[in-house]
Amino acid sequence: MSADAPTESQAKSITYCGVCSFPPEYCEFGTSAAKCRDWLQKNHPELVAAVYNPGAIIVESSSYFPYHEHILISILFPPEAVEAAMSNLSVDAKEKAVKAEEAASKRAEKEAAKAEREAAKKASSRVILKRVERTKRKHVIVVSGLEAFGLDLKKVAKDFGKKFACGSSVTKNPSGGEEIVVQGDLSDDILEFIEENYSVVPVDNIDQVEDKKKKKSEAGPA
Amino acid sequence: MFKKPFPHPQKSKLKSSAQRAIRQRIATEFPLLAPHLDFIIPKKSQLDVLKLPDRISLYSLDGQVLFFQHFDDQLIPHLRIVHQYPDCFPIIQTDRGATRFILKGAHLMCPGLTSAGAKMVDGLEKGAVVGVKGEGKENACLVGIMKMTSEEIARINDGVGVEACHYLGDHLWKYVGE
Repeated sequence: MSADAPTESQAKSITYCGVCSFPPEYCEFGTSAAKCRDWLQKNHPELVAAVYNPGAIIVESSSYFPYHEHILISILFPPEAVEAAMSNLSVDAKEKAVKAEEAASKRAEKEAAKAEREAAKKASSRVILKRVERTKRKHVIVVSGLEAFGLDLKKVAKDFGKKFACGSSVTKNPSGGEEIVVQGDLSDDILEFIEENYSVVPVDNIDQVEDKKKKKSEAGPA
Repeated sequence: MFKKPFPHPQKSKLKSSAQRAIRQRIATEFPLLAPHLDFIIPKKSQLDVLKLPDRISLYSLDGQVLFFQHFDDQLIPHLRIVHQYPDCFPIIQTDRGATRFILKGAHLMCPGLTSAGAKMVDGLEKGAVVGVKGEGKENACLVGIMKMTSEEIARINDGVGVEACHYLGDHLWKYVGE
Protein backbone atom coordinates (compact mmCIF):
# COMPACT_ATOMS: atom_id res chain seq x y z
CA MET A 1 0.00 0.00 0.00
CA SER A 2 2.15 2.86 1.23
CA ALA A 3 5.86 3.12 0.54
CA ASP A 4 6.90 2.04 4.01
CA ALA A 5 4.67 -0.97 4.04
CA PRO A 6 6.40 -4.01 5.54
CA THR A 7 7.45 -6.65 3.06
CA GLU A 8 6.80 -9.49 5.44
CA SER A 9 3.91 -10.28 7.66
CA GLN A 10 4.47 -8.77 11.06
CA ALA A 11 1.74 -10.72 12.72
CA LYS A 12 2.62 -11.75 16.21
CA SER A 13 2.43 -15.47 16.54
CA ILE A 14 0.38 -16.40 19.56
CA THR A 15 0.40 -19.75 21.21
CA TYR A 16 -3.09 -20.86 22.07
CA CYS A 17 -3.82 -23.43 24.68
CA GLY A 18 -4.52 -26.83 23.19
CA VAL A 19 -7.16 -27.59 25.77
CA CYS A 20 -9.31 -24.49 26.05
CA SER A 21 -8.06 -22.57 22.98
CA PHE A 22 -7.38 -19.39 25.00
CA PRO A 23 -4.03 -17.69 25.14
CA PRO A 24 -2.45 -19.62 28.04
CA GLU A 25 -2.49 -16.61 30.34
CA TYR A 26 -6.29 -16.73 30.33
CA CYS A 27 -6.49 -20.45 31.07
CA GLU A 28 -6.98 -19.68 34.74
CA PHE A 29 -10.38 -18.24 33.90
CA GLY A 30 -11.38 -21.18 31.75
CA THR A 31 -13.16 -24.32 32.78
CA SER A 32 -10.17 -26.63 32.66
CA ALA A 33 -7.37 -24.74 34.39
CA ALA A 34 -5.60 -27.83 35.71
CA LYS A 35 -5.65 -29.60 32.38
CA CYS A 36 -4.48 -26.47 30.62
CA ARG A 37 -1.51 -26.28 32.91
CA ASP A 38 -0.53 -29.85 32.19
CA TRP A 39 -0.84 -29.19 28.52
CA LEU A 40 1.37 -26.14 28.70
CA GLN A 41 3.92 -28.01 30.75
CA LYS A 42 4.05 -30.70 28.12
CA ASN A 43 4.01 -28.59 24.99
CA HIS A 44 5.50 -25.24 25.89
CA PRO A 45 7.47 -25.66 29.11
CA GLU A 46 9.23 -22.36 28.49
CA LEU A 47 5.97 -20.48 28.90
CA VAL A 48 4.93 -22.02 32.17
CA ALA A 49 6.99 -19.74 34.38
CA ALA A 50 5.71 -16.63 32.66
CA VAL A 51 2.09 -17.66 32.83
CA TYR A 52 1.95 -19.31 36.21
CA ASN A 53 4.29 -17.07 38.09
CA PRO A 54 3.54 -17.89 41.67
CA GLY A 55 3.08 -14.82 43.78
CA ALA A 56 2.38 -12.57 40.84
CA ILE A 57 -1.24 -12.31 41.81
CA ILE A 58 -0.48 -11.35 45.37
CA VAL A 59 1.91 -8.63 44.31
CA GLU A 60 -0.58 -7.29 41.83
CA SER A 61 -3.52 -7.07 44.14
CA SER A 62 -1.64 -5.66 47.10
CA SER A 63 0.54 -3.15 45.33
CA TYR A 64 -2.09 -0.51 44.64
CA PHE A 65 -4.39 0.26 47.52
CA PRO A 66 -2.04 -0.32 50.44
CA TYR A 67 0.35 2.17 48.99
CA HIS A 68 -2.10 5.05 49.16
CA GLU A 69 -3.33 3.97 52.50
CA HIS A 70 0.19 3.89 53.71
CA ILE A 71 0.67 7.53 52.82
CA LEU A 72 -2.62 8.48 54.40
CA ILE A 73 -1.80 6.61 57.55
CA SER A 74 1.61 8.19 57.91
CA ILE A 75 -0.01 11.59 57.81
CA LEU A 76 -2.67 10.73 60.34
CA PHE A 77 -0.81 8.53 62.78
CA PRO A 78 2.56 8.32 64.52
CA PRO A 79 5.07 5.76 63.22
CA GLU A 80 4.26 2.99 65.73
CA ALA A 81 0.64 3.01 64.72
CA VAL A 82 1.69 3.00 61.11
CA GLU A 83 3.75 -0.06 61.61
CA ALA A 84 0.90 -1.84 63.33
CA ALA A 85 -1.47 -0.87 60.55
CA MET A 86 0.98 -1.99 57.91
CA SER A 87 1.47 -5.38 59.46
CA ASN A 88 -2.28 -5.70 59.69
CA LEU A 89 -2.53 -4.75 56.11
CA SER A 90 -0.04 -7.29 54.88
CA VAL A 91 -1.89 -9.92 56.90
CA ASP A 92 -5.06 -8.82 55.20
CA ALA A 93 -3.47 -9.08 51.81
CA LYS A 94 -2.11 -12.48 52.65
CA GLU A 95 -5.46 -13.67 53.87
CA LYS A 96 -7.07 -12.41 50.74
CA ALA A 97 -4.53 -14.17 48.60
CA VAL A 98 -5.02 -17.40 50.52
CA LYS A 99 -8.76 -17.10 50.16
CA ALA A 100 -8.48 -16.44 46.47
CA GLU A 101 -6.29 -19.48 46.10
CA GLU A 102 -8.77 -21.60 48.01
CA ALA A 103 -11.61 -20.40 45.88
CA ALA A 104 -9.63 -21.15 42.76
CA SER A 105 -8.78 -24.66 43.85
CA LYS A 106 -12.39 -25.26 44.79
CA ARG A 107 -13.49 -24.11 41.39
CA ALA A 108 -10.92 -26.36 39.76
CA GLU A 109 -12.18 -29.30 41.80
CA LYS A 110 -15.74 -28.67 40.80
CA GLU A 111 -14.79 -28.45 37.18
CA ALA A 112 -12.77 -31.62 37.34
CA ALA A 113 -15.75 -33.41 38.85
CA LYS A 114 -17.99 -32.03 36.15
CA ALA A 115 -15.60 -33.14 33.42
CA GLU A 116 -15.46 -36.58 34.96
CA ARG A 117 -19.20 -36.84 35.06
CA GLU A 118 -19.41 -35.85 31.44
CA ALA A 119 -16.79 -38.39 30.46
CA ALA A 120 -18.68 -41.08 32.32
CA LYS A 121 -21.87 -40.09 30.58
CA LYS A 122 -20.11 -40.28 27.27
CA ALA A 123 -18.68 -43.68 28.05
CA SER A 124 -22.06 -45.03 29.04
CA SER A 125 -24.15 -43.57 26.25
CA ARG A 126 -24.80 -45.79 23.32
CA VAL A 127 -25.33 -45.31 19.65
CA ILE A 128 -28.06 -47.41 18.18
CA LEU A 129 -28.34 -48.40 14.55
CA LYS A 130 -31.85 -49.65 14.12
CA ARG A 131 -32.94 -51.40 10.96
CA VAL A 132 -36.54 -50.61 10.22
CA GLU A 133 -38.52 -52.26 7.46
CA ARG A 134 -40.37 -49.85 5.24
CA THR A 135 -41.96 -51.84 2.44
CA LYS A 136 -41.22 -55.39 1.55
CA ARG A 137 -37.51 -56.00 1.64
CA LYS A 138 -36.76 -52.28 1.79
CA HIS A 139 -35.19 -50.85 4.89
CA VAL A 140 -34.08 -47.64 6.49
CA ILE A 141 -31.51 -47.32 9.22
CA VAL A 142 -32.29 -45.10 12.17
CA VAL A 143 -29.17 -43.85 13.89
CA SER A 144 -29.78 -42.46 17.33
CA GLY A 145 -27.58 -41.41 20.22
CA LEU A 146 -24.87 -39.64 18.24
CA GLU A 147 -25.63 -36.27 19.80
CA ALA A 148 -24.30 -37.51 23.16
CA PHE A 149 -20.85 -37.47 21.64
CA GLY A 150 -21.06 -33.85 20.68
CA LEU A 151 -21.60 -34.46 17.00
CA ASP A 152 -23.66 -32.15 14.86
CA LEU A 153 -26.43 -34.41 13.60
CA LYS A 154 -27.13 -32.32 10.54
CA LYS A 155 -23.53 -32.52 9.41
CA VAL A 156 -23.28 -36.21 10.10
CA ALA A 157 -26.48 -36.86 8.20
CA LYS A 158 -25.09 -34.96 5.25
CA ASP A 159 -21.93 -37.03 5.40
CA PHE A 160 -23.91 -40.25 5.45
CA GLY A 161 -25.87 -39.11 2.44
CA LYS A 162 -22.72 -38.21 0.57
CA LYS A 163 -20.91 -41.38 1.42
CA PHE A 164 -23.72 -43.79 0.63
CA ALA A 165 -25.44 -41.80 -2.10
CA CYS A 166 -28.79 -42.07 -0.43
CA GLY A 167 -31.34 -39.99 1.35
CA SER A 168 -30.30 -39.13 4.85
CA SER A 169 -32.08 -36.75 7.14
CA VAL A 170 -32.45 -35.66 10.72
CA THR A 171 -35.89 -36.37 12.12
CA LYS A 172 -37.51 -35.94 15.47
CA ASN A 173 -38.47 -39.10 17.23
CA PRO A 174 -41.54 -39.52 19.42
CA SER A 175 -39.58 -39.20 22.65
CA GLY A 176 -38.47 -35.71 21.70
CA GLY A 177 -34.89 -36.42 20.64
CA GLU A 178 -33.44 -36.29 17.18
CA GLU A 179 -32.13 -39.10 15.08
CA ILE A 180 -30.73 -39.67 11.64
CA VAL A 181 -32.71 -41.69 9.14
CA VAL A 182 -30.66 -43.19 6.35
CA GLN A 183 -32.55 -44.66 3.43
CA GLY A 184 -31.06 -47.97 2.53
CA ASP A 185 -30.06 -51.21 4.18
CA LEU A 186 -26.70 -49.95 5.30
CA SER A 187 -26.36 -50.88 8.92
CA ASP A 188 -22.96 -52.52 8.58
CA ASP A 189 -21.60 -49.85 6.29
CA ILE A 190 -22.66 -47.10 8.66
CA LEU A 191 -21.00 -48.90 11.52
CA GLU A 192 -17.79 -49.02 9.55
CA PHE A 193 -18.11 -45.41 8.48
CA ILE A 194 -18.60 -44.20 12.03
CA GLU A 195 -15.67 -46.27 13.14
CA GLU A 196 -13.43 -44.69 10.54
CA ASN A 197 -14.55 -41.09 10.62
CA TYR A 198 -15.83 -40.29 14.06
CA SER A 199 -13.20 -41.37 16.49
CA VAL A 200 -15.08 -39.80 19.39
CA VAL A 201 -17.52 -42.68 19.26
CA PRO A 202 -16.08 -45.88 20.70
CA VAL A 203 -17.00 -48.85 18.56
CA ASP A 204 -18.06 -50.84 21.57
CA ASN A 205 -20.76 -48.31 22.22
CA ILE A 206 -22.51 -48.92 18.93
CA ASP A 207 -25.37 -51.39 18.87
CA GLN A 208 -26.96 -52.80 15.80
CA VAL A 209 -30.55 -53.83 16.29
CA GLU A 210 -33.33 -55.03 14.08
CA ASP A 211 -36.75 -53.55 14.39
CA LYS A 212 -39.34 -56.30 14.53
CA LYS A 213 -42.94 -55.74 13.75
CA LYS A 214 -43.70 -56.19 17.42
CA LYS A 215 -41.67 -53.58 19.21
CA LYS A 216 -41.03 -55.38 22.42
CA SER A 217 -37.31 -55.53 22.76
CA GLU A 218 -36.92 -51.96 21.59
CA ALA A 219 -38.85 -50.05 24.18
CA GLY A 220 -35.93 -48.45 26.02
CA PRO A 221 -33.48 -46.62 23.79
CA ALA A 222 -33.56 -43.42 21.75
CA MET B 1 -23.23 -10.66 20.32
CA PHE B 2 -21.96 -14.23 20.27
CA LYS B 3 -22.90 -15.28 23.74
CA LYS B 4 -25.48 -17.70 22.45
CA PRO B 5 -24.69 -20.40 19.95
CA PHE B 6 -25.57 -19.51 16.41
CA PRO B 7 -26.78 -21.82 13.67
CA HIS B 8 -24.32 -22.96 11.10
CA PRO B 9 -24.26 -20.00 8.73
CA GLN B 10 -24.56 -20.07 5.02
CA LYS B 11 -21.35 -19.20 3.29
CA SER B 12 -21.28 -17.14 0.16
CA LYS B 13 -18.51 -15.51 -1.77
CA LEU B 14 -18.11 -11.82 -1.46
CA LYS B 15 -18.21 -9.77 -4.64
CA SER B 16 -14.80 -8.42 -5.45
CA SER B 17 -16.14 -4.89 -5.45
CA ALA B 18 -17.57 -5.44 -2.00
CA GLN B 19 -14.27 -6.90 -0.91
CA ARG B 20 -12.48 -3.81 -2.12
CA ALA B 21 -14.95 -1.67 -0.20
CA ILE B 22 -14.27 -3.66 2.93
CA ARG B 23 -10.55 -3.29 2.57
CA GLN B 24 -11.08 0.40 2.14
CA ARG B 25 -13.19 0.60 5.25
CA ILE B 26 -10.71 -1.34 7.33
CA ALA B 27 -7.98 0.96 6.16
CA THR B 28 -9.92 4.07 7.12
CA GLU B 29 -11.25 2.73 10.39
CA PHE B 30 -7.97 1.26 11.55
CA PRO B 31 -5.31 3.38 9.84
CA LEU B 32 -2.58 1.65 11.82
CA LEU B 33 -3.62 -1.66 10.35
CA ALA B 34 -3.45 -0.42 6.78
CA PRO B 35 0.19 -1.42 6.13
CA HIS B 36 -0.57 -4.96 7.30
CA LEU B 37 -3.71 -5.29 5.28
CA ASP B 38 -2.02 -7.14 2.45
CA PHE B 39 -1.13 -9.93 4.84
CA ILE B 40 -4.48 -10.14 6.51
CA ILE B 41 -6.42 -10.04 3.27
CA PRO B 42 -4.09 -10.74 0.35
CA LYS B 43 -5.07 -8.87 -2.79
CA LYS B 44 -6.04 -11.92 -4.80
CA SER B 45 -7.87 -13.66 -2.00
CA GLN B 46 -11.54 -14.46 -1.99
CA LEU B 47 -13.34 -13.41 1.13
CA ASP B 48 -16.42 -15.28 2.23
CA VAL B 49 -19.32 -13.71 3.96
CA LEU B 50 -21.27 -15.67 6.54
CA LYS B 51 -24.68 -14.35 7.38
CA LEU B 52 -25.97 -14.86 10.88
CA PRO B 53 -29.34 -14.05 12.34
CA ASP B 54 -29.82 -10.50 13.62
CA ARG B 55 -28.05 -9.08 10.63
CA ILE B 56 -24.59 -10.01 11.69
CA SER B 57 -22.17 -10.85 8.96
CA LEU B 58 -18.81 -12.48 9.39
CA TYR B 59 -16.06 -11.99 6.87
CA SER B 60 -13.82 -14.98 6.67
CA LEU B 61 -10.84 -16.11 4.68
CA ASP B 62 -10.02 -19.81 4.39
CA GLY B 63 -12.45 -20.66 7.14
CA GLN B 64 -10.99 -18.14 9.55
CA VAL B 65 -13.19 -15.26 10.54
CA LEU B 66 -11.27 -12.02 10.26
CA PHE B 67 -13.85 -9.32 10.81
CA PHE B 68 -17.49 -9.10 11.63
CA GLN B 69 -20.12 -6.49 11.45
CA HIS B 70 -23.62 -5.83 12.61
CA PHE B 71 -25.83 -4.53 9.81
CA ASP B 72 -23.64 -1.82 8.34
CA ASP B 73 -21.93 -0.61 11.49
CA GLN B 74 -18.25 -0.60 12.21
CA LEU B 75 -16.22 -3.56 11.18
CA ILE B 76 -14.98 -5.29 14.29
CA PRO B 77 -11.87 -7.43 14.19
CA HIS B 78 -11.81 -11.00 15.41
CA LEU B 79 -9.74 -11.44 18.57
CA ARG B 80 -7.18 -13.40 16.64
CA ILE B 81 -6.47 -10.31 14.57
CA VAL B 82 -6.14 -8.21 17.71
CA HIS B 83 -3.73 -10.74 19.14
CA GLN B 84 -1.66 -10.69 16.01
CA TYR B 85 -1.53 -6.94 15.58
CA PRO B 86 -1.92 -5.55 19.08
CA ASP B 87 -0.24 -2.28 18.19
CA CYS B 88 -2.82 -1.46 15.57
CA PHE B 89 -5.77 -1.14 17.92
CA PRO B 90 -6.31 0.94 21.00
CA ILE B 91 -5.98 -1.50 23.88
CA ILE B 92 -7.29 -0.58 27.27
CA GLN B 93 -6.74 -2.55 30.42
CA THR B 94 -9.22 -3.56 33.04
CA ASP B 95 -8.59 -4.64 36.60
CA ARG B 96 -8.26 -8.23 37.70
CA GLY B 97 -11.67 -8.48 39.27
CA ALA B 98 -13.50 -7.66 36.08
CA THR B 99 -11.69 -10.12 33.84
CA ARG B 100 -13.66 -13.08 35.09
CA PHE B 101 -16.95 -11.46 34.16
CA ILE B 102 -15.74 -10.34 30.79
CA LEU B 103 -14.96 -13.92 29.94
CA LYS B 104 -18.55 -14.73 30.76
CA GLY B 105 -19.74 -12.12 28.33
CA ALA B 106 -20.53 -9.14 30.54
CA HIS B 107 -20.25 -5.61 29.26
CA LEU B 108 -17.34 -3.74 30.71
CA MET B 109 -18.53 -1.31 33.36
CA CYS B 110 -16.85 1.99 34.04
CA PRO B 111 -15.45 1.18 37.50
CA GLY B 112 -13.52 -1.67 35.90
CA LEU B 113 -11.73 0.94 33.83
CA THR B 114 -11.06 3.54 36.47
CA SER B 115 -9.86 1.48 39.43
CA ALA B 116 -6.25 0.84 40.22
CA GLY B 117 -4.96 -1.85 37.95
CA ALA B 118 -6.87 -0.52 34.98
CA LYS B 119 -5.31 1.55 32.25
CA MET B 120 -7.33 3.78 30.03
CA VAL B 121 -6.26 5.17 26.71
CA ASP B 122 -7.07 8.87 26.55
CA GLY B 123 -8.97 10.50 23.79
CA LEU B 124 -11.10 7.60 22.65
CA GLU B 125 -14.34 8.58 21.03
CA LYS B 126 -17.72 7.10 21.68
CA GLY B 127 -18.26 4.28 19.23
CA ALA B 128 -14.59 3.50 18.82
CA VAL B 129 -13.58 -0.15 18.55
CA VAL B 130 -11.23 -1.10 21.36
CA GLY B 131 -9.45 -4.17 22.59
CA VAL B 132 -9.53 -4.90 26.29
CA LYS B 133 -6.98 -6.93 28.15
CA GLY B 134 -6.94 -8.11 31.74
CA GLU B 135 -4.58 -6.75 34.34
CA GLY B 136 -1.20 -8.46 34.16
CA LYS B 137 -2.05 -10.02 30.81
CA GLU B 138 -0.50 -9.47 27.47
CA ASN B 139 -3.26 -10.36 25.08
CA ALA B 140 -6.70 -8.93 24.65
CA CYS B 141 -9.69 -10.84 25.95
CA LEU B 142 -12.46 -8.64 24.61
CA VAL B 143 -13.23 -6.59 21.57
CA GLY B 144 -15.82 -3.97 22.22
CA ILE B 145 -17.27 -0.65 21.30
CA MET B 146 -16.87 2.40 23.53
CA LYS B 147 -20.21 3.53 24.91
CA MET B 148 -18.73 6.74 26.29
CA THR B 149 -15.64 8.77 25.55
CA SER B 150 -12.55 8.13 27.65
CA GLU B 151 -13.14 11.37 29.45
CA GLU B 152 -16.76 10.51 30.26
CA ILE B 153 -15.78 7.15 31.69
CA ALA B 154 -13.42 8.86 34.10
CA ARG B 155 -16.00 11.50 35.01
CA ILE B 156 -19.25 9.53 35.23
CA ASN B 157 -17.68 6.27 36.41
CA ASP B 158 -20.94 4.41 36.30
CA GLY B 159 -22.71 2.03 33.96
CA VAL B 160 -21.52 0.39 30.78
CA GLY B 161 -18.24 1.78 29.52
CA VAL B 162 -17.44 -0.66 26.77
CA GLU B 163 -20.03 -2.80 25.08
CA ALA B 164 -18.85 -6.37 24.74
CA CYS B 165 -18.93 -7.56 21.14
CA HIS B 166 -16.59 -10.52 21.04
CA TYR B 167 -14.80 -12.10 23.97
CA LEU B 168 -12.52 -15.05 24.57
CA GLY B 169 -14.54 -18.21 24.66
CA ASP B 170 -17.72 -16.93 23.05
CA HIS B 171 -19.28 -18.77 20.18
CA LEU B 172 -17.48 -16.76 17.57
CA TRP B 173 -14.19 -17.68 19.22
CA LYS B 174 -15.22 -21.32 19.21
CA TYR B 175 -16.53 -21.22 15.68
CA VAL B 176 -14.48 -23.07 13.13
CA GLY B 177 -15.35 -22.83 9.50
CA GLU B 178 -14.84 -25.84 7.32
